[in-house]
Amino acid sequence: MDFYLAALIQGLCFSAIALGIFISMKIFNIPDITTDGSYTLGGVVTAKLLMAHQPVFVVLPVVIVAGALAGAATGIIHTKLKINALLAGILVMTALYSINLSIMGRSNIPINSVSTIFSLINISANPNNNTFWILIVFVAIITGVIGYLLKTDFGIAMRAAGNSESMIRALGVNTDRMKIIGLALANALTALSGFLVTQFQVFADINMGIGIVIMGLGSVIIAETLINWFRITSVWLSLVLVLSGAVIFQMVLAFTLSSGVDPTLLKLVTAVFVLLIVSLPRLSFKGSS
Amino acid sequence: MIDITQVHKVYNRGKANQVNAVNGVDLKISEKEFLVIVGSNGSGKTTLLNLVAGSVLPSSGDISIDGNNVTKKADYRRSEWIARVFQNPLSGTAPDLSILDNFRLAAIRTKRKGLSIGINPQFKKDVKDKIATLGMGLENKTEQLMGTLSGGQRQALTLLMSVMDTCRVLLLDEPTAALDPRSADIVMNTADKLVKDFGLTAILVTHNLKDAFVYGNRIIQMSEGKIIKDLNEQKKIALKQNDLFDWFA
Ligand SMILES: Nc1ncnc2c1ncn2[C@@H]1O[C@H](COP(=O)(O)OP(=O)(O)OP(=O)(O)O)[C@@H](O)[C@H]1O
Ligand SMILES: [Mg+2]
Repeated sequence: MDFYLAALIQGLCFSAIALGIFISMKIFNIPDITTDGSYTLGGVVTAKLLMAHQPVFVVLPVVIVAGALAGAATGIIHTKLKINALLAGILVMTALYSINLSIMGRSNIPINSVSTIFSLINISANPNNNTFWILIVFVAIITGVIGYLLKTDFGIAMRAAGNSESMIRALGVNTDRMKIIGLALANALTALSGFLVTQFQVFADINMGIGIVIMGLGSVIIAETLINWFRITSVWLSLVLVLSGAVIFQMVLAFTLSSGVDPTLLKLVTAVFVLLIVSLPRLSFKGSS
Repeated sequence: MIDITQVHKVYNRGKANQVNAVNGVDLKISEKEFLVIVGSNGSGKTTLLNLVAGSVLPSSGDISIDGNNVTKKADYRRSEWIARVFQNPLSGTAPDLSILDNFRLAAIRTKRKGLSIGINPQFKKDVKDKIATLGMGLENKTEQLMGTLSGGQRQALTLLMSVMDTCRVLLLDEPTAALDPRSADIVMNTADKLVKDFGLTAILVTHNLKDAFVYGNRIIQMSEGKIIKDLNEQKKIALKQNDLFDWFA
């Protein structure tokens, strides 16, 4: 497969995670580690249900609900038990490992014997182009839904909840409830990435989620840099930049691997890359002042 | 309108640094009363306002608003009566949201924040007209982020936001503390006008004795969590500005 098309497809698969992290990180200022577990959960539920010959349109809502429950668990632990959000996420992520493993019953489920969203829908005769267009449509729909949501009265309240808690409480919003809903939404999106990737790579694996949160964070940080750079205030443009962030991230990784870096070092390269994009703006600031 | 009965608020109870921030306050505020609270730093003024708003719950005592016992009600559930302007201009608005978004939330303070888009051309026009009454030239900046405005501008907008939706009680905690004299005047005049136009029950906390003298129809002084002076409308009218200075001598 064309090298950059592959990276593009990967990026599109991960754009749901990027949107999820955008919500937890940028809107609520919560670094949500649940992501690693809810992504795998999405993949595991997808593989298990597809192997049980459930149709994709049944699998999809179940995946969304599963991810949302995982996020809500983190939200409830964080807000009701007043436990640091990072720790709450780690707790749920750890618990999810066992949950995922018991759902799977073993550590890897191949699904090449059943049809997936990519083999069921035919937009193009070329399988790679077909995958690409299905993902484009899928991601466009998710982005449309999230963009619309953020423009509604509920969405404005959600954005305000992460921005000025005193103000939004004075305006009649239960910020705890809002955080729980926000984390549920973020992890539902993350689970959708698990849903897509599992069908794309035709297997689910118990370890597929390790370090995946960094993909989302990296994508959002790239987007944030661009948002600050161009002083973007539009919700729609911000979301499009988050999607671009996910694609750019995969492109850079693909480029690194193609330049001969050992695949065992992939996570190291990822971490260093994210470190670079986080620190570059600060370093250049220091130099100029 | 607001009944505060034997309310105490104790911080760090039983520890060496225990503070009786509000120490047995009894206060009945009638409808459309405009109460001014003065008192030195740390006398419990903000705590008392927070107790009314519900962002702080009392250690003991009862609070009712419009006949409803709200003692244990969270702040976000008291917003059906109360709008507030904070001591810190940054607390009353969301900086990363546009002015319009901020006003939209204020316009549905007592209502459900639903899944429909509420910012339509009519709403934008209404907000512009409202903001124009301030005379600060902000009416053409409604798409800007709130965070790009100065403290004074934000404080003035927070005031306007408080009457976007039905409001019975307006809490003003040193709304002009961080402002230059001109913005302070605009904010205080706007506040006074809103209180009169909308028949609000208002509580103003201030360190500015001129404002305390000019505005309101009742004044109390707090010290160490207690009310030590309480002057009704006639007595406040009879009060001289110099008498007020003597309170702090
Ligand atoms: N969250 C808190 N924890 C501990 N002590 C507190 C807390 N909030 C207020 N206090 C204490 O309660 C007392 C009253 O504080 P409060 O903020 O009500 O004073 P104030 O009259 O508003 O003062 P200022 O004029 O400086 O705004 C102070 O001694 C303060 O240190
Ligand atoms: Mg105070």
